[in-house]
Amino acid sequence: MARQKLKEIVINREWCKGCGICVHFCPTKVLELDFDEKSVAIRPEDCICCKMCELRCPDLAIEVLTYEGEDNEK
Amino acid sequence: MAVKDYLRQRFFPHMWCPGCGHGTILNSLLRAIEELGLEKNKIVMTSGIGCSSRISGYVDFHSLHTMHGRALACATGVKLSRPHLNVIVPMGDGDALAIGGNHFIHAARRNIDITAIVMNNRIYGMTGGQFSPLSGTNIKATTAPYKTIDQEFDVVQLAIAAGATFVARSTAFHAKESTDVLKKAIQHKGFSVVEILSQCPTHYGRKNKEGDAVSMLELHKTNTAKLGSKALEKNPGLTARGIFVDLEKPEYCAEYDKIIAFAMKEKVS
Amino acid sequence: MKNKIRFVQGNEACVEGAMYAGIDFFAGYPITPSTEIMEHLASRLPESGGRFIQMEDEISSMCAVIGASLTGRKSMTATSGPGFSLKQEAIGYACMAEIPCVIANVQRGGPSTGNPTHVSQGDVNQARWGTHGDHSIIALTASNHQDVFQITVDAFNMAETYRTPVILLLDEAVGHMREKLIIPEAGELDVVSRLRTSLGRDVDYHPYLPREDGRLPMSDFGGEHKFNVTGLFHDMWGFPSNNPKVIRGLLRHLTDKIENNIQSITRYKEHYLDDAEYIMVSYGSSARSAIHLAKERRARGEKMGVLELQSIWPFPAGLVREKCADAQAVLVVEMNMGQVFAQVKAAVKKPSRVFLGNRIDGKLITPTDIKTYFRVLQGRGV
Repeated sequence: MARQKLKEIVINREWCKGCGICVHFCPTKVLELDFDEKSVAIRPEDCICCKMCELRCPDLAIEVLTYEGEDNEK
Repeated sequence: MAVKDYLRQRFFPHMWCPGCGHGTILNSLLRAIEELGLEKNKIVMTSGIGCSSRISGYVDFHSLHTMHGRALACATGVKLSRPHLNVIVPMGDGDALAIGGNHFIHAARRNIDITAIVMNNRIYGMTGGQFSPLSGTNIKATTAPYKTIDQEFDVVQLAIAAGATFVARSTAFHAKESTDVLKKAIQHKGFSVVEILSQCPTHYGRKNKEGDAVSMLELHKTNTAKLGSKALEKNPGLTARGIFVDLEKPEYCAEYDKIIAFAMKEKVS
Repeated sequence: MKNKIRFVQGNEACVEGAMYAGIDFFAGYPITPSTEIMEHLASRLPESGGRFIQMEDEISSMCAVIGASLTGRKSMTATSGPGFSLKQEAIGYACMAEIPCVIANVQRGGPSTGNPTHVSQGDVNQARWGTHGDHSIIALTASNHQDVFQITVDAFNMAETYRTPVILLLDEAVGHMREKLIIPEAGELDVVSRLRTSLGRDVDYHPYLPREDGRLPMSDFGGEHKFNVTGLFHDMWGFPSNNPKVIRGLLRHLTDKIENNIQSITRYKEHYLDDAEYIMVSYGSSARSAIHLAKERRARGEKMGVLELQSIWPFPAGLVREKCADAQAVLVVEMNMGQVFAQVKAAVKKPSRVFLGNRIDGKLITPTDIKTYFRVLQGRGV
């Protein structure tokens, strides 16, 4: 199956309450809380598109937009 | 459709506290509904009172926000009236098993095709942190300043004993698993119960030194294990997750349809 | 035609009235002396495709009725004193969320378990004030089986017309007594069906926005329009609101929609009332004894009459004031400690002429009992 590649991590700053769940559990530490206590993707290039931040976000504030990469791509 | 399309977005951000597990459960539930491709007009979301019950206002389905503990009783009227509708009933632990305990066991006994979700954060959050019938012993709550002496229910065992034909447990940490379990529960023909352990950092976490939402989620990870897993075998003290019961048994509305068919025939002859 | 004349209990007359009105959902829990209503509906409803469920308690019965009504079914439950107490929370919910339904309370003695197999009319005030908070309510009653039938049809009609729970305040004596009932042909009595919105799928539907005539068109759960139903104060879409204007507006609406229609809601009967000097105000089974006595006294030339109330809430104060204006004395005949008596006293021009003729021992008040009251108030000794 084709691997998912990251297009964009969309974070709704209006909805985010800064609980830090996405930051803590991200396997590649893509996300951090900024000075406003809102989640931001500071290292999107490390994202492996597991989408666990999106699935676990209690504020339904994160969307990980992806596209289908080519097969066997490194 | 995206998950957002199932929300009444004008009410967001929602009223739950930062890090509340209930939001994650809403998230998982909407994904289950999306993946099943259910029509919005064919879902009636019925809830009671409490933090959990606010979920019905946030979803773009037919929504029925009822009285404390009475969600399943109201849902029974909806389902028996229109069996083709998907009736989903999210409840809190106090809502489902204290004030609504009688309705819970009897809905299970009838095996009426309703999906009951127990969002178990082991505390009454809306009223400010009183212990619930799922808190268990030795926890602190505003009504247990010297710690609780009340034993807790095991929702899974209770539901099985009462006759529920689909019984499962997951946690807010295991969001993908929750979605999978919820999908199966909604598809199941009969009364299904899904207990999802949730976290209340505001009232439970703070009082019981379990820290913030993140550390409470870590506990969901470390204190639970999948049914049939080695981890559970080695450490039976862990809380088991997974599907405990998945049975086929006569469903209430289908059985009542037979009564209607019989009574109508009797009347004619 | 022969099936149309029946010899039945009052509870069965209520069932026949409900069937005539188009009931298609009943949820209940057994309780004396109302149980026959649920027993008969258990067999009658499925015959016509309706649905019946025996719930785990009185609370859930009322809740199931609410759920069913929201899907578009004409729904009813039946109970008696203790069960009526348990249902109050959900009756309040039905008032707040404006859910049409009918609750029959076949009254027995109370408080508490009281006197399950004996008659009483002690729930008059509970019907009005049983649930918490301000609201208005419709409560109807009847004294014979033909009227029980008619008033049950009226109860369903009013529930639909005003989008409100309607209380049928029957009593043990009428409920269990057997007498003749003639079932009207279809079409003989008016039956009000559910008023549904004509708005299409993509039009913004307001479940709580009254039309010009005050009625609120509904949309069934499962239908085109997805809306919210809640027991919280809510806006015209059904979503919770703390806005003081919204709260005040809704509370006024819940009261006004009933109180302002008191003329259309009021049901009563006059017996020998025209030139009556002594008027009995009564209702339910008590009224039977009052009517009996009035008939007897009229034969002797005494000017005695009965105003039989068939709607108790909203209380028809204007009617009572008008009918009792020229009476030398008004005797309120009921089987409680003066619940309607207090209303009559407050309604008439000369409250000092209003007396209570009651019986509270679980026995049906008799014409002889009423005679005794009259002897006392006419100064003729006991």
